[in-house]
Amino acid sequence: MPKAPALTSPAPVESAATPARGPLRRRLRNASPQLVVGVLLAATAAAVLFFLFFELKGNVGYILPRRAIKVSAMLLVAVAVGVSTLLFQTVTANRILTPSIMGFDSLYILVQTVMAFALGAAAVVTAPPTLQFGVEVVLMVAFSALLYRWMFTGATRSLHLLLLVGVILGSLFRGFSSLLQRLMEPSEFIILQDLFFASFNNVDPSLLGVAAVIVAVVCGAVWRARHTLDVLALGRDVAINVGVDHRRVVMRVLLACSLLVAVSTALVGPVTFFGLLVVSLGYQLCRGFSHAWLLPIVVLIGAIALVGGQLVLEKVFGFGTALSVVIEFTGGILFLYLLLKGSLK
Amino acid sequence: MTIAVRNVSKSYGGQTVLDDVSCEIPQGGITSIIGPNGAGKSTLLSLISRLQPLGSGAVSVGGLDIASTDSRRLARTMAILRQENHLTMRLTVRDLVAFGRFPHSGGRPTVEDLATVEEAIAHLDLAPMADKFVDELSGGQRQRAFIAMVLAQDTQYLLLDEPLNNLDMKHSVEMMRLLRRLADDFGKTIVIVVHDINFASCYSDTILAMKDGRLIHQGSPRQIMQQAMLRDVYDIDIRIEEIDGNRIGVYFT
Repeated sequence: MPKAPALTSPAPVESAATPARGPLRRRLRNASPQLVVGVLLAATAAAVLFFLFFELKGNVGYILPRRAIKVSAMLLVAVAVGVSTLLFQTVTANRILTPSIMGFDSLYILVQTVMAFALGAAAVVTAPPTLQFGVEVVLMVAFSALLYRWMFTGATRSLHLLLLVGVILGSLFRGFSSLLQRLMEPSEFIILQDLFFASFNNVDPSLLGVAAVIVAVVCGAVWRARHTLDVLALGRDVAINVGVDHRRVVMRVLLACSLLVAVSTALVGPVTFFGLLVVSLGYQLCRGFSHAWLLPIVVLIGAIALVGGQLVLEKVFGFGTALSVVIEFTGGILFLYLLLKGSLK
Repeated sequence: MTIAVRNVSKSYGGQTVLDDVSCEIPQGGITSIIGPNGAGKSTLLSLISRLQPLGSGAVSVGGLDIASTDSRRLARTMAILRQENHLTMRLTVRDLVAFGRFPHSGGRPTVEDLATVEEAIAHLDLAPMADKFVDELSGGQRQRAFIAMVLAQDTQYLLLDEPLNNLDMKHSVEMMRLLRRLADDFGKTIVIVVHDINFASCYSDTILAMKDGRLIHQGSPRQIMQQAMLRDVYDIDIRIEEIDGNRIGVYFT
């Protein structure tokens, strides 16, 4: 009985959209990647400018920097989530698993909670954010390397098994976090709770600099490895055959994913289905398979979704809801659709 | 320069799949590995080709020790194709075949690389569908597209795990003829796993027969294609007929 809505909901959507979708899809497929990136770049720039300067009145010296911080946080999150999801799907050669679904961001929350529990929330909040963030990132990378390496470096495993393990690990981390949070003093918990709620309205500006540096370094390394990533997407056997050191490259990609997830979770909290959403859209828009095009396309789609979405929420709906709610809702439906469509083979 | 396998063993979760296998696969020509299901044929091939780490023992291919040699260096000497190849990416036949040049070009193909790709496509009669997406092809065409990819890799050693899988009679014969031509005209060393002993008999220079994780016989088709030998391998009596100088096993009745 609980399955019924999930099973019936995608069907009417599909039948309603089928007549119009055929030619549009073909036209999208035939668009060159240069054109797609160009259009997306223009749209991103427009959204960012609009966000910064629309209805800019009153105390400009106060409002503009605040908006700038918000928009840079959104761009950083778009890069971090888009790139980490794309990389993760490439090395696991699937289109459904994402770092969030595998519990990466729950792990990060757990690391934060354990630190707060051990040191006291007051210490966590008063400590220099950069130092705190640094320690959390190091712990996060160490734990994720330990946990996830056995899953992805060996021979091919069943995707169902991985998905199940990911879901269970995620719940375990969340459950453990909430246990610790309940054991805390209520006042400490309130301080901590602020950190976990995905929102672009209370980004810590001092973290932006560190986050930007981490994202830039990771993305530089990823860009240099783009040809190797193309090969990895063909699967483990083919990658080894053409001389890619599969084990080492997968470990590095998982490391990059941990770093990027840590950055985005630290900035705005966990966003589970956002990565899946932008990467799926990216594959639809990009005719080729080459990461040289996929990477920028996915990042730009993410930026448009976040900046544009926040804009619509603020200006049209007057902060009626949080952007993360809308994105998670759409992304969750897409996830169900992908599962039911049978991409999970 | 041969493929030398020395005392190789491999086990999964306490179960031994390869038990102290040693052999030399001669340079040039086609070597077929035959044997019943679960004999360890594919495992042997994937150990030789470093797809799976060695349990114990050593393997060298063309003088290169596979455990210590740089993987990309090995990829320019030896190519391996497994029987199941699943693509999540949507790419054209030409794109797929071009990946065979990766060990040489590192992802930035030169004019010569592209010429080699076109040659490999032509060799496998894939020219008419070179711009089609791989997932739109039939099973046999897809199989040939993957073989074109390892062919484009242009290696001295070519390891194919059941290359006839998914192919109809016509394409099976064409595939074996192509392999024969590659061995005869280009001096390549080809190792294949085959189930049909008659293809092994008609097209190979050497046959390795495996059973229960061990190598039990090695020899020319004439030596292996004998009733007593095959009973050893398959536990059934197979009548051997000689037709046009080829030994054919009749095992259908």
